[in-house]
Amino acid sequence: MQGNNNSDKPKYNFKRITSHPGFKSLGAAFMAVFLGLVVGFAIMLIASPGNAISGFRFVLLGGLRRLGDVLYFATPILMTGLAVGFAFKMGLFNIGASGQYTMGMFFALYVAFMWDLPGSTHWMVAILAGFLGGMVWGFIPGIFKALLNVNEVITSIMFNYIGMYLVDMWIQNNSIMYNSSMTRTRYIDAGVQIPALGVAGSNVNFGIVMAVLIAIILYIVLEKTTFGYELKATGHNKHAAEYAGMQGKRNIILTMVIAGGMAGLGGAFAILAPSAIAGSSMTYEPINIIAANGFTGIAVALLGNAHPLGTILSATFISYIQRGGTLTSLVGFKPEIIDIVVAVIIYFSAFAMIMNSAIGRFIKARLGKEEDKPLLEIGEEPVEEAEPQNEQETEKEAE
Amino acid sequence: MENYIVEMLNITKEFPGIIANDNITLKLKKGEIHALLGENGAGKSTLMSVLFGLYQAEKGEIRKNGKKVTINNPNDANALGIGMVHQHFKLVEVFTVLENIILGVEPVKSGFLEMEESKGKIMELSEQYGLKISPDSLIEDISVGMQQRVEILKMLYRDNEILIFDEPTAVLTPQEIKELLQIMKDLAAEGKSILFITHKLNEIMEVADRCTVLRKGKYIGTVDVDSTTKEELSRMMVGRDISFSVDKEESRPGEIILSIKNMTVASKTHKNNAVRNVSFDVRAGEIVCLAGIDGNGQSEFVYGLTGLEKLVSGSISLKGKDISKASIRERSASGMSHIPEDRHKHGLVLDYKLEENLILQRYWQPKFQKNQFIRFDEMRNYAEDLIERFDIRSSQGPTTLARSMSGGNQQKAIIAREIDKKHELLVAVQPTRGLDVGAIEYIHSQLVESRDAGKAVLLISLELDEVMNVSDRILVIYEGEIVGELDPKETTTQELGLYMAGAKRNTEKETGHAGE
Repeated sequence: MQGNNNSDKPKYNFKRITSHPGFKSLGAAFMAVFLGLVVGFAIMLIASPGNAISGFRFVLLGGLRRLGDVLYFATPILMTGLAVGFAFKMGLFNIGASGQYTMGMFFALYVAFMWDLPGSTHWMVAILAGFLGGMVWGFIPGIFKALLNVNEVITSIMFNYIGMYLVDMWIQNNSIMYNSSMTRTRYIDAGVQIPALGVAGSNVNFGIVMAVLIAIILYIVLEKTTFGYELKATGHNKHAAEYAGMQGKRNIILTMVIAGGMAGLGGAFAILAPSAIAGSSMTYEPINIIAANGFTGIAVALLGNAHPLGTILSATFISYIQRGGTLTSLVGFKPEIIDIVVAVIIYFSAFAMIMNSAIGRFIKARLGKEEDKPLLEIGEEPVEEAEPQNEQETEKEAE
Repeated sequence: MENYIVEMLNITKEFPGIIANDNITLKLKKGEIHALLGENGAGKSTLMSVLFGLYQAEKGEIRKNGKKVTINNPNDANALGIGMVHQHFKLVEVFTVLENIILGVEPVKSGFLEMEESKGKIMELSEQYGLKISPDSLIEDISVGMQQRVEILKMLYRDNEILIFDEPTAVLTPQEIKELLQIMKDLAAEGKSILFITHKLNEIMEVADRCTVLRKGKYIGTVDVDSTTKEELSRMMVGRDISFSVDKEESRPGEIILSIKNMTVASKTHKNNAVRNVSFDVRAGEIVCLAGIDGNGQSEFVYGLTGLEKLVSGSISLKGKDISKASIRERSASGMSHIPEDRHKHGLVLDYKLEENLILQRYWQPKFQKNQFIRFDEMRNYAEDLIERFDIRSSQGPTTLARSMSGGNQQKAIIAREIDKKHELLVAVQPTRGLDVGAIEYIHSQLVESRDAGKAVLLISLELDEVMNVSDRILVIYEGEIVGELDPKETTTQELGLYMAGAKRNTEKETGHAGE
């Protein structure tokens, strides 16, 4: 914040930039990340004072050595992040990304093992199946919400468990998919795996490209289409949306279906990813554990402020921190400690929303005083009937 | 020093980008009722917030009994004997009247509440000032009028001698307003000094001794009410002449546009139906007003009419087409425009830009979308056109967030949207609520213009003046039934008041035909 007293011009421009909502949410995200890193470092200091600095260097810079892996691990959480964020735009809290992810993964696996399709259509169809599986698992809470007004948080939490147990059961009962001596799924044929992007020593694959494209498509849907207009209007004020004749129920179902589809794609991208070791593949272990990628998606969406493009950044960042974290075991940190540090960073990221307004206020308080004619920003006044503090009117009066 | 109890001298209070109070001086004499008049946004509330310690002024000083004081928070104000009745009451709904009054200054004996003592004091005050209350009722069970009396007793119980009333009559029925004004006179007679914030000129003329007028943050003047007129005051307030009677020609009703038969709508809050067996017609080229005291089924009637709520029974037809079961969108598309009662809840998406709000009812039409993609250039052009034609003022034009606009301009935006949309019937629900005379005049002229353009206008209003001035025909609703049809040229406000209070009816109860 230095240099704001020096001259008039840059100060004004700075203020312009800072008052842009996009800047504020980006600034908030960085602030959240910074605080998370500070606390994370403090935890590492407590856990192992001697190794804290070298360990923390791994957390900060370790990801650079494994950029391929960063992108590979970012793919599924980008998709679950989109699943949470998209529903959030409509005011729905889709906590069921985990179940949708697992369901999508199963559908993709089923097509991979049970169907016989020629060439590269096989993996494409498997991905579409994953999309479908996630949509089904988003559709059910959506129906409950729209028709019976059952809170989507409750249903989607329950459907996390229902989905996970169903999938585990189906897999264990299917000897073509399940290798009971390894207690995990068998290897998928190389032909059904998503083509790799060819980064040495990493599993990064075409999935990340599709995920980024999908994020951009979601952005266009939200910002440019009538559906996006309806969806955001409903999220901001569902009464006004109803008054304007928008079909709230249809939109709730549609939103949950799309959100579920995103998470389902995440599951498909994860399980169909190519393996760097020839003759093997990704596998799933049906051991009654809810997919963590679904919950990481919540943090990704929060850090990305539910904005599809922001979600690309936040998914990459969280993946980066996680990759760096795993490297700290080289200097003797237990993986659990790293999980805690990463969790703290993610936890702080949840404050991004709060900091959003805090940063704006801070900057305004700092700069606002010296401003002659700042941009009007009236929303913060606690006014009921909106005292019209209106620049134009005052100017009119001055004539 | 004269006998001023409070002096606010040269108060200046700035907010970023605006001077809310510019060198304002207000002097309150002991025992007087001093009205503070101004349009929405003139700075009345800011000035009172400065006095009550919610804001600190940048310049100027406050004196009490000639001595300079600093008021940093409402507790300071309280200690100086300044109390305030806010426009939206600050009461705990599930507490009793008594508990609410002593809240914050509870008498305690060794850790236990001592209610009886304070109850005695409260009942004494209640009798002394004619503030009828039932001390053991819960706030949620008593009328708005009594809730207000509780707020007044809260001030008296704290021995406040300077009482600020922030638009106290906005929420009251005509009868309750009368009672309140009498109470204010009694309080002044007992030596209390009253600051009365309002933009209703009739009330000022009736009770106030002096009146200070603010306009757009500036001090315009202080006048003795006895030696001024309503016209004079309104000129001071808005800076130009305001006509109180709505200019309009005789109505020339045409064909029937809206026909409602035996409409019954359920209530959300209780088991009885909120609207019972209501039937009436509205013709092209007339303004029909559905008058009634708040809470007599008007809101539910409008919900039923516009499709926000399902009908229990009955039918609605618009231009001969039955729309009883049509969706909101279908009703809107077949020619119904709706200015909703609550502009923040229904009328606007506050976090959307003005331009986005202006297409809220039309974004799906080919003009504004192509293959489901919003046509942003059309949206912008349309917004600029409406902003110009309807004089909607905002800081950043089409891209202003609706939330940051003034109440009057928010309402203008809704009216622009609803009137410019192709329509046969305009349903306007309390379109002037909370607005100042300038905006009210504008909105009334828009309604009349719409009528003269051959539209059917159905106005739902609680304001007697509005009902009498604007409508061509009055239907009175009481407890969900139409109890009377009146001609505004022949009836009086007194008679209308009796109908609204349910003391009189001129239609048969069972059939509910509104004298057609």
